[in-house]
Amino acid sequence: MSSWIPLWLHRLGSPPTFYRFAGALRPWMLALALLLGAIALYGGLVLAPPDYQQGDDYRIIFVHVPSAWMALFIYAVMAVASFIALVWRIKLAEVVAMESAPIGAAFTLITLVTGSLWGIRMWGTWWTWDARLTSELVLLFLYLGVLGLYHAFEDRRQGARAAAFLALIGIINVPIVHFSVNWWNTLHQGSTVRLLGPSSMSDAMIWPLLTMMVATKCYYLASLFARARTDLLALESGKEWVRQIAITEGRA
Amino acid sequence: MSRAPLSRACAAVLRRDLTLAWRRRGDIAMPVLYALIVTTLFPFALGPDNALLQRIAGGAVLVTVLLAMLLALDGMFRSDIEDGSLEQLVLAPQPLALMLGMKILAHWLTTALPLIVIAPVLASMLQLPAAIMPVMLLALVLSTPMLSLLGAVLVALTAGTRRSGMLLALMLLPLCVPVVIFAAGAISAAQQGLPWVAPIAWLGAALALTLVLAPLACAVALRIALDA
Repeated sequence: MSSWIPLWLHRLGSPPTFYRFAGALRPWMLALALLLGAIALYGGLVLAPPDYQQGDDYRIIFVHVPSAWMALFIYAVMAVASFIALVWRIKLAEVVAMESAPIGAAFTLITLVTGSLWGIRMWGTWWTWDARLTSELVLLFLYLGVLGLYHAFEDRRQGARAAAFLALIGIINVPIVHFSVNWWNTLHQGSTVRLLGPSSMSDAMIWPLLTMMVATKCYYLASLFARARTDLLALESGKEWVRQIAITEGRA
Repeated sequence: MSRAPLSRACAAVLRRDLTLAWRRRGDIAMPVLYALIVTTLFPFALGPDNALLQRIAGGAVLVTVLLAMLLALDGMFRSDIEDGSLEQLVLAPQPLALMLGMKILAHWLTTALPLIVIAPVLASMLQLPAAIMPVMLLALVLSTPMLSLLGAVLVALTAGTRRSGMLLALMLLPLCVPVVIFAAGAISAAQQGLPWVAPIAWLGAALALTLVLAPLACAVALRIALDA
């Protein structure tokens, strides 16, 4: 039935295969992330022209916007992995879901911090209860809830399954929160400062943004691989393949 | 093993939980006392300015009730886990979701209902006009069951852990943001003389949805948490 899926993809679900695969790919991902990140930063901070309204202050978007995209993207990855972990009980999916959470939380925090750095210059305030800002804050709490629940259990696999369920509840909740927060803010419409409208950007600004997006994706993969490898070693510590690795690396 | 009819099983679970709660009436009074204390503190912190208190009254009462419910949420399944009766419920032939729904109903009756009863007192302490009271009560009647239901799912998830108090608050916050927004939106709309039916209708719709889905989610969560 599923003969179109190459066999190596199935094998990736097994911890030792994934351990080797992730170990081989990780340096490349990290190098790509650093290279593209450096190019994007040079393009964004040096080559791109200053904005006609915001001057040089807008340049924080080259960090802010890709982080915000990653915050949502990683949550989606975590939810999909959680679903797989709960339905098919694949150990690797649990590991991917749980090791994605801290990276996603970090990106959410970066988004909030860079956003308020931009806000103090542009809006004159660190924080405003704008709909998007509030949604982002709620997203951070969702991540922290998943992390907290995962670490509250003594049995890691049980904790991973409980936290995976919470992540699934969370992904249903994200659109509801977004919708209700929008509704709430339009109800109390006072002197709300709007974020940049859906204005078209010039090419000189958009390519560093997209490059940075690819760089953050690569960084996420590199970070996830490293975390998943460590986690797999801990989870499978009684297994033969881990013993082999311990022996060979101990000798080296 | 003979299968007890569903309605009898439901009534038995409900009666058991209500009896247990009644035997420890002091615990029922605790959230009410907590809400009273918190509400008393608001005027001290903000100053006895009636206009200001009136403006925050609806939201303050709502948040106070929510926090008081959170205080009691932690103990929803605790004694049942400790004496093993929750595991018996999981093993029972009756659908677990329905049985948990009854337990949530009992919990709502013993925690949220007393809070709703004293909510007008809390609101008048903060100078909420009497004309707004019915809207506030309606918002509370619709939003507190939702908090009980959503809270029950999270309590079930933390059933296998030792410490859960603060964690529960952290997990509940994202879930109760929409509830608070619509309930407080209805009250403040009524206070400004605007139509308040729309947020109440949203609350009702959300309650209908939660009423169906939350017991099922609660059952799944409990099976995960007890699956050691």
